[in-house]
Amino acid sequence: MIGFLQNIGRTALSFLAAIGRITLFTVNAVRWTFLPPYYLKQFFRQVLDIGYFSLPVVGLTTLFSGMVLALQSYTGFARFSAEDTVATVVVLSVTRELGPVLAGLMVAGRIGASMAAEIGTMRVTDQIDALDTLSTRPMQYLVAPRILAGTICLPFLVLVGDLIGVFGGYIVGVYRLGFNPSIYLSRTLEYLEFSDVTMGLIKAAVFGFLIALMGCYHGYHSGNGAEGVGRATTNAVVSSSILILISNYLVTALFFG
Amino acid sequence: MAKKTQTGSSTAVPKIEMQGVMKSFGGKHVLRGIDLILNAEESVTLIGTSGCGKSITLKCLLGLITADSGSIKVDGTEILGTDRTTLEAMRRRFGMTFQFGALFDSLPIWENVTFRLRHQQKMNRTDARDLAVDTITQLGLSPQVIDQYPAELSGGMQKRVALARAIADKPEILLFDEPTSGLDPITGGVIDRLIIDAVKRLGATAMTISHDMASVRRIADKVAMIHNGVIIWCGPVAEMDETGIPEVDQFVHGRAEGPLTTAAKEEARRG
Repeated sequence: MIGFLQNIGRTALSFLAAIGRITLFTVNAVRWTFLPPYYLKQFFRQVLDIGYFSLPVVGLTTLFSGMVLALQSYTGFARFSAEDTVATVVVLSVTRELGPVLAGLMVAGRIGASMAAEIGTMRVTDQIDALDTLSTRPMQYLVAPRILAGTICLPFLVLVGDLIGVFGGYIVGVYRLGFNPSIYLSRTLEYLEFSDVTMGLIKAAVFGFLIALMGCYHGYHSGNGAEGVGRATTNAVVSSSILILISNYLVTALFFG
Repeated sequence: MAKKTQTGSSTAVPKIEMQGVMKSFGGKHVLRGIDLILNAEESVTLIGTSGCGKSITLKCLLGLITADSGSIKVDGTEILGTDRTTLEAMRRRFGMTFQFGALFDSLPIWENVTFRLRHQQKMNRTDARDLAVDTITQLGLSPQVIDQYPAELSGGMQKRVALARAIADKPEILLFDEPTSGLDPITGGVIDRLIIDAVKRLGATAMTISHDMASVRRIADKVAMIHNGVIIWCGPVAEMDETGIPEVDQFVHGRAEGPLTTAAKEEARRG
């Protein structure tokens, strides 16, 4: 019995310690993002990696999601003669929910993993210690540019993903389901409000921050050797994916209405 | 346990002075009271079995790991427990090479070599490239390598680039963590020669970690052996063979049997 209680206590303490470490890391990362010196080359390198090289994967994901959504909603709405709402359902679903979440999850897999692997490798090969010896703060040189780039780039990626997703719905609506193109377009825009798009973009910024934070955190605290880096990479993807889903609900609840 | 000596002038302020430096990790005492004095322009080599705390000593000296207690002074100024800004200012006086080079994979050689100058002293690109060429040429590398990336170089070339990075802004104190490990004896000898030249040219104080006794004999003025987290012997390299301390004798002569082996077995048995 005592052993059982000890295990519970140990797990609780270890959980609280991890929360404390992540909180301190987050505070430091945000602090160093706004303090000079600024490593612009590092920042633009991350912008290119997150913003530009993630475009194909985000584009493909949202394109096919928009297409599937048009087909599925048509099937459902046809049962109570509400096929006309397909365009509205597609655009609202893509901008408010699917665009940010799917883009976030895809970028978490691509960028979160690569950040954790790169920083983790730097940790186990002493490159992070080398930065310190060269009078450069690793938090400022490695972490801050990634977090800033993640937070800024994801909304742009989602905006492009939204357009592609809506376009996917349009393609299916017009060429497969036989909607009139101009009616489909007018229905797409008729009920769309500015806040639908901005809500998705706010979510995207939060997701971008969380993806970069988890990638950097797990890489920075990577264990020794290839196994440690592998574990850090897995943890970065899993934790950022879970945080995306949790924060998605929280942001939605915050702006609900 | 054994005789402990410290060499150097008694009147001048030592360049580096470590006293009673202790460090534990999760209840495991790695450093149990390191006492070491280095005078200006002196070259000391730390020897000892793997895991005895040599690298931790170096990292404590640089503040990469914070020692639990003791005193670490550079030119008489205490650095243990100082704020980060003071520590960073102090680090600018150091140059260090790591066991596996620790070159930045994402940067070309010239940016690796001039990293601190570019980021701290805002040296412009042209001057930095010129300086990188000068520095790596002194170390026997071709100027053509400056635009290559670390992964494109051999182990020996990477060690030279790491040395170039350490000396590029002419530090007062140089730290070398196993500079010849993984190299063939000829390349190892060349690296030793380059270290000796660089230390002399800069008038630097040097601390080196090495397992390679041939290398120790070439580069060290003074040798310090760490065992069980303390320095059990420290003296001139010429006296290394006749210390009369069984642990030092076993290590220096590379004997398989002896007190170090017995201690390692005992530690493994205790888990």
